[in-house]
This record gives sequence, structure tokens and C-alpha cells, in this order.
Amino acid sequence: MNILVVLVPAALLLGLAGLAAFMWALRANQFDDVEGSAHRILSDDDLRFSDRHNEHK
Amino acid sequence: MNAGGLIRDRVDFSILTRPIAEGISEMDLAIDGIDCAACMDDIEGAMARVPGVVKARLNLTLRRLTLSWRVAEVQPEMLIGVLQSKGYGAFPFDLQRSADADRQLMQFLLKCLAVAAFASMNIMLLSVSVWSSDLGDMNSETRDFFHWLSALIALPAAAYAGQPFFRSAIAALRQRSLNMDVPISLGVILALTMSVYETAHHAEHAYFDSAMMLLLFLLSGRVLDQMMRRRTRAAAANLTALRGEMAARFEPDGTFLLVPVSALRRNDIVLVRPGEAVPADGLVIAGSSQIDDSLITGETLPHAVKVDDELYAGSINLDGVLQVRVTAGAQGSLLDHMARLIDAASEARNHYQILADRASRIYAPLVHLTALLSFTGWMMAGASVHDALIIAISVLIITCPCALALAVPAVQVVASGALFRQGIYLNSGQALERLANVDWIVFDKTGTLTRPQPGLVNKAHIAAPLLDIAARLAQSSHHPLALALVQALPAARPLDQVEEVPGAGVRGIYKGVECRLGSAAFCDWTMTNHHEIEPGASVIYVRMGDEIAPLMLHQQLRPHAAQTIAQLKEMGFKLSILSGDRMEAVAPIAQALNIADWQAGLKPEDKIKALAALQARRQHVLMVGDGLNDAPALAAANASLSPISAVKLSQAQADAVFIDASLLPVAQALRLGRLARRLMQQNLILAVVYNAIAVPLAIMGEVTPLIAALAMSGSSVLVTLNALRAQTGMSEDIVKPAGTGHAFLRSAQG
Repeated sequence: MNILVVLVPAALLLGLAGLAAFMWALRANQFDDVEGSAHRILSDDDLRFSDRHNEHK
Repeated sequence: MNAGGLIRDRVDFSILTRPIAEGISEMDLAIDGIDCAACMDDIEGAMARVPGVVKARLNLTLRRLTLSWRVAEVQPEMLIGVLQSKGYGAFPFDLQRSADADRQLMQFLLKCLAVAAFASMNIMLLSVSVWSSDLGDMNSETRDFFHWLSALIALPAAAYAGQPFFRSAIAALRQRSLNMDVPISLGVILALTMSVYETAHHAEHAYFDSAMMLLLFLLSGRVLDQMMRRRTRAAAANLTALRGEMAARFEPDGTFLLVPVSALRRNDIVLVRPGEAVPADGLVIAGSSQIDDSLITGETLPHAVKVDDELYAGSINLDGVLQVRVTAGAQGSLLDHMARLIDAASEARNHYQILADRASRIYAPLVHLTALLSFTGWMMAGASVHDALIIAISVLIITCPCALALAVPAVQVVASGALFRQGIYLNSGQALERLANVDWIVFDKTGTLTRPQPGLVNKAHIAAPLLDIAARLAQSSHHPLALALVQALPAARPLDQVEEVPGAGVRGIYKGVECRLGSAAFCDWTMTNHHEIEPGASVIYVRMGDEIAPLMLHQQLRPHAAQTIAQLKEMGFKLSILSGDRMEAVAPIAQALNIADWQAGLKPEDKIKALAALQARRQHVLMVGDGLNDAPALAAANASLSPISAVKLSQAQADAVFIDASLLPVAQALRLGRLARRLMQQNLILAVVYNAIAVPLAIMGEVTPLIAALAMSGSSVLVTLNALRAQTGMSEDIVKPAGTGHAFLRSAQG
């Protein structure tokens, strides 16, 4: 049973990591446009503006 | 109002843009016309191709575009032009501070929810191990270790995630009243305290999981509620922005500049051209014209204004060019008068107690009393203080209004979502209940029963070529009657060479023949022609060569008006019309719709009095209206609805706003309101039944943490599932003519 002393806190730490990830996502406005993000992953047009920056350099 | 005009005139959007870096500005635009995900690529791609644009990101959920651009290279009005040429309506959006506060509250609630979810899952993991080891293969040290770990998680988590409830409970107690949050806070705090005490004494049961689960369920309800409110507000704000209200303001150098209406200040001088809406309350300082006040007073007959006359925001200038000095905020203005009436009227409405409040007012004292009684009961029966206290607290936990607190918001969220998809935006969750209680419906006439724009009534009597030429000429005019004609005769191509003669009409050449559309004099109309002019109709004339015909434009019922009225009668509502318009204009409408009870020529005060008379007969009144003169009545009625074409003040007073051009949403909103109330009542009964079973068990001292957990989650899930029926119940009777919502929105933009 002594293994619990290690395992249970380990499980808790993993849960805390998940919570921290959620908090980060919330702060970084990841949930602002749930609908749009679902479609954005299919297009590679996010390169549009970065391309332009390279031209200017 | 007019897209073509916007691009030609000099425009200044500076009040709606904000600098984000050296030489780079940013603004938010509300976008209309997005119907699929591909639009996102289309819009962002088009923006990226414009040189000078630094960033373009579309929020598909809120239908808003954030643009930033280098000020030296491109102007915002040019970007709007590009979007319009692609077929998207776009208008800069005034990000308000209230929206910011909304956002922050949402973020806070989500954080609380995340913490509560994390804590309850981990505690449940520990608790399940303890429960499943009841057979005896866990020694008491391990159990204590698990309980202490649970305490370690639960105490800080509850302190953080419980904030929304603790704050509201303290606020209620300060005002010496009880709300639902008081027993919730008390239950959570007592459950945690008792569990810590029990753990310290190596007891078998601890209630950390119950307390956290309670918070988790309640927070889910709050988050859903807030989500609904945010979405509704965002959509309503978009619609307002897309009306694109601009004003031509005189600059010190004598030229004029188009600015958003929100940029106008007192004593600014604005130019109001024919066909434009007056942007702000003001005094005429030059020019004279006919003014259509139908949005303000309900009167459909235009009246003349000259220098020193007062004008109200929302009136339509028909023919002359006016210069107006803005006086908004001046004492004794019509708006002030309305604001006072609204203040007085809305007090009456605040007396209405919503279902949830009534339930909690009875429930909260009852919970405390039961807990107290079971404590004294067990004491008298000879139990120890410790045992009696534990039983009392478990009563408090089990009665904690978990299902009760979810019962009403869950229905509100689902029902308002169902309404939202049909283009009906609720201003508050309580609106549903108020709609459900209605038994008498009062309609305004102008703009509510009738369309905001007049329609062509003698179409059948006019030769097809004349009708065609009238439609094509009308495309080139800014006059309100011409705009109405374009609506009535769509899909015509404008003529190539057309000249607009101010105050008279438009003329052009078609196949070598001169054609005119405009006033009687402009088209050389003589009374010898044998057409009869219908009373109350506005007439414009069309001439091609020697042929002349009058086009009679008359107020027209909204689509499906008769059908809606019939449906409402079938549902058992009593109906009446209270209009500010003339007797002659109201009577035919009342007759056409078969509404026997109608009054005409009413001032806003009279409307309130009429409503009060109905309310004195214990009738719950729904007011449906759009004009400024309806705003006090909308506030005074038990429930209220406005079409999206209504003036801002009226929309603010209405419980719900519908975007459809037809009148059907009125029946739909009422039907869903009734369904929602029925589901809420069912949910409340479910919650009470659950308590009726669980509370005796708790009083007998039979409730272990396992039973508490099962009962609590079981009842919450049941209540939520029942709420979902609001969606299926609604989809059965959708009778929506396709596309009318969008078409109307476009027409509102001009």
C-alpha cells in the first residue's frame, strides 16, 4: 500500500498540469472563436501575412 | 443608410479605430452575409491581398472581423468597400465597456468551473476507493490519508470556486434577505467543516466530494446562463452596428465629413439629405422639407418642417436638404419625456417575481427549518450532540438546491438557444417566463403590424413596360418612396444614364425615349387621366414618352400577419391595436386582420393608460411595438417584443427582438415561452420529488456520502435532460419562410 504515497500525488500533479493548461488557454483567448478554429485547421492560409513580412525583409 | 454614398463621400471612422503601434491602426467590424466556413477564407484572403493590411482575423462565432492596417497605405473605408464588393455587409463596431465586463465575468466563471471540475474529479477518485473498500481491505490509516488528501484539494478549491456564490449570499444577507445562494454557501461551508472535523477524529465518512460536486453542478448552470447572455448581446450589437448609421457633419472648413452617429456631439451641424434618417435630435437651422415621423409617433402622413422646427433622431427626411444643429440631451426634449415615462412605467414591471425567486423564497427557509428540526428531534430522541449535528448537516447537504438551481437556468439556456436560431433575441432569461404568462396582446400598427416601408398597391393596373421602367429608374434614386419601390419591384437593372433632379425625381433615356419617375409636376400629370387615387396612399408618377401612370404606395401588412393573428386567436389570446396614427389609417388594418378592439391617435401617455386599464382587469399584457412612442408602453407591459427595425430606445425596453420581416416570431416566442414555463415547472416538481425521497432518508440518518453523490448527480442530470426537450418541442412547429431574415437586414441597410 505504500506505493500509494507516490502514485496518488503523481495523479494529482497530472491533474494540476491539465488545469494549468486550461487556465493558459483561457488567458490566451483560445475559446474566443470555437467555431472558426474548427475550420481554420483545414486551411493553410495562415501563412498569408507571414509571407508578406518576408517580402518586406 | 446608403452604401454607394458612403464610398463617394469623405468618411471619418477615427472614433472607432484605435492605434496599436507606430503607424498601425486597428478596428473591429461587424460582418453580415457569412453563411459558411468558406466565407472565412474568402474574407481574410481578400483583406490580405489589399496592400497595407497587416492583420485580418475573422471571429466566426461572433461574426466580427478584426483588422489592422498601416495608416499611411490604406483607409478603412476602402477596406469596407472591398468587403461590400465581395457581397459582405461590413460596418465598424463600437466595442463597448459593458461587453468587456461581460467577457471578464465569463472568464472568471470558467476558471471557477475548471477548478471545481478538477477538484471534484480527483476527490471522487479518492472517495470511490474509500467506498469500494467498505468490505474491509483498506486499513484506517489509508482511509485517513485519503480523507486528508481530499481535504487538501477541497478546501482551497472550494474557497476559489465558491466565490460567485459566497459573494452573492453575502450581498443578499446584507440586504436582510435570503436567496438561493445562502443555503448553497451554508451547505458547502458546513459540509467541509464537518468533514474536516470527522477526518480529524478518524471517522468513516467525509463529505468533501458532495461539497465539490454541488459547486461543480451549480457553476455549470451559471456558465451556461452567462454564455447565453453573451451570445445574445453580441448578436444584437452586431445588428445595431450593421445598420451603419452615419451622419454628414460640417467641418470648420465648410466641407462635410461622414462620421459614425456615435461621434456626434452637441452643437455639431449635420446635413440631412433626402432619403436619409435624421441622425440625432436637433433644430433645423437651414432648409425646409417633408418629414416622415412614423418611427417616432406612428403617424404615417408626412409633415412639413422649416427653420427652428425640432427634429427627432429616426425621422426620415423625404425631399428637401436640411441643416440641423444637434441638441441631443437638451432638457424638455421628446427623448427626455419618454425616459421619464419609461422610468415610471418599468417600476410596475419590477414587482413581478420570477419563478426561481419565488421557489427560493419558500425553499431556503424550509431547508434551514428542516435541518434545525432534525437536530432538535435527534437530541430529544437521546442522540449525542455529535450525531445529531452530523444528521442535521447531511440534511442540509442533501437538500442543497442542486437540481432546483439548475431547473430554471437549464430551460432558459435551451429555450433561448432555440429562439436564437429562429432570429428572436431575448434580452433576459426572465423574458421567457413573462411571455408565458401573457393573455392579452397589444399591437402597435405602424412598423409592427405593417412593414416599415410602404408597398405598391396598384401593380395590377399598370402596364408592364411602365412598371419595368419605374423599377429601373427607382434604383437610381435616394428618395424613400423610390427605395420602397425597389423593394416592391426587385431584380431590375438600373438604366445607364440617369439624372436625379432634387425635389422632383429622376429621369433617364431608355431606347431613345425620355423616361421620368417623380412628382406629378415633374411627369406632367394632369387630372384628366381616369385613375383613382386611393386615400392615404403616397403617389409617385412614372412617364415613358407620352404614357403616364401613378404608382400608389400604401402601408402594407407584414408577411404572414393575418396568419399570425389567426394563430394567436386560436391559442386563446385576446388582441387589440393601440396606434398613434390617424383613424383612417388604422381602421382598414384592424378590419383586414379582424381585430375588433382598436384605438387610434394615441399619445404615449394614452397607451400606458390603456395598458394600465387592461392590467387592472388582471390581464397580463404583451406589447408588440417599434416606435419611439411605444417605448414607455413596452416598458409598462408585462412582456414586450420589438422588430429589429425599431428605434434603439424601444429595443432596449423590449424583452425580445426579432429580425424576421414577418410577424410569425410573435406566435413562436409565445409558444416557446409557454413550453419553457411548463418545463420549468416540471423541473421544479422533479427537484421537489427528489427531496421528498432523499430528505426522510437524511433525517433518519441513513445518508452516506455515496447515497448523497448518487442522488445529487442523478437529479441534476434528470433536470438537464428534461430541459433539453425545449429544443425538440420547438423544432416541431418551425414555420419559417426561408431567407426573409437576411433579406430584411439587407433592405434595412439600404
